Amino acid sequence: MAAVIFNIFVINKSGGLIFYKDYGTQGRLDTNDSLRLASLWHSMHAISKELSPVGGCTGIELLEADTFDLHCFQALTGTKIFVTAEPKTPGIDNLLKTIYELYTDYVLKNPFYEVEMPIRCELWDLNLALAVRKDSKTSLVGR
Amino acid sequence: MRASLRPSDPAVSPAIERVNAELFTLTYGAIVRQLLTDYEEIEEVNKQLDTMGYNIGARLIDDFLAKANITKCTDFRETADVIAKVGFKMFLNVTATVANWSADSMECSLILEDNPLVDFVELPETCQGLSYCNILCGVLRGALEMVSMRTEVKFVKDMLRGDDVFEIRMKLLEQMPEEYPYKNDE
Repeated sequence: MAAVIFNIFVINKSGGLIFYKDYGTQGRLDTNDSLRLASLWHSMHAISKELSPVGGCTGIELLEADTFDLHCFQALTGTKIFVTAEPKTPGIDNLLKTIYELYTDYVLKNPFYEVEMPIRCELWDLNLALAVRKDSKTSLVGR
Repeated sequence: MRASLRPSDPAVSPAIERVNAELFTLTYGAIVRQLLTDYEEIEEVNKQLDTMGYNIGARLIDDFLAKANITKCTDFRETADVIAKVGFKMFLNVTATVANWSADSMECSLILEDNPLVDFVELPETCQGLSYCNILCGVLRGALEMVSMRTEVKFVKDMLRGDDVFEIRMKLLEQMPEEYPYKNDE
């Protein structure tokens, strides 16, 4: 059973990559590439807001490529979470929302986590893995 | 009532675990006592409580945004409403009333008739200057700052000091621009 999620990124409000994880064998990035992609995305997201013909635009939410879809969620506080997945994978918006909730619970509420710094929290890793596994299972059955 | 305000809707926050209110109240009391012992000066304790609140608020805002199902507020009036009806409900299980708006809509009061923090508290003579619930001011300030609003928040009425309600005065100092301050011509 192939996982449909390729990578998960979390970037802080200044554009620094604070979390990266890949799933499965496809689309793996090394540290440099993940940092590069994260800062590139941060800037593109900002530019997209400026360029958008639509008023009150909050930035790119979905980028569709031939081999992957990139779904992005930005919280009102400026933290961005984005996920790359197989093209046309359903239910990623819900997954992003779940990831945000897990981030608030297991990262921000951890008193020893320094805000804006890279995330090194075991409970977050664990619960994130569970959420992703659950998600790739349910989306195989179809949502 | 606006669509974004659904304080009584149980679907708003299904994921929130609750703790025993007494444990919460007593823990807060213990913290304040410890601060009084550590800092000795009442003013210093008020300041510490505010700082602690700020640090809590700065983290808690994401929790609130993730779980409260609200959308971006259009103005400070809506923000105040959401804090009073959704925020206080979610974290303290009480609701506040928004009142006393200034003419320019930059300043308002949150009025609390019920406040779980003070359930068993009587301020002794020696602590008259203490703003016992000052942590709440810090929480509001921290949370609002993370969503680009710099504010000044303080208690103006305190039931522990003999007033009939708790009144938190909230003043919007500035709406900070989004994270990209540069403009095309710069």
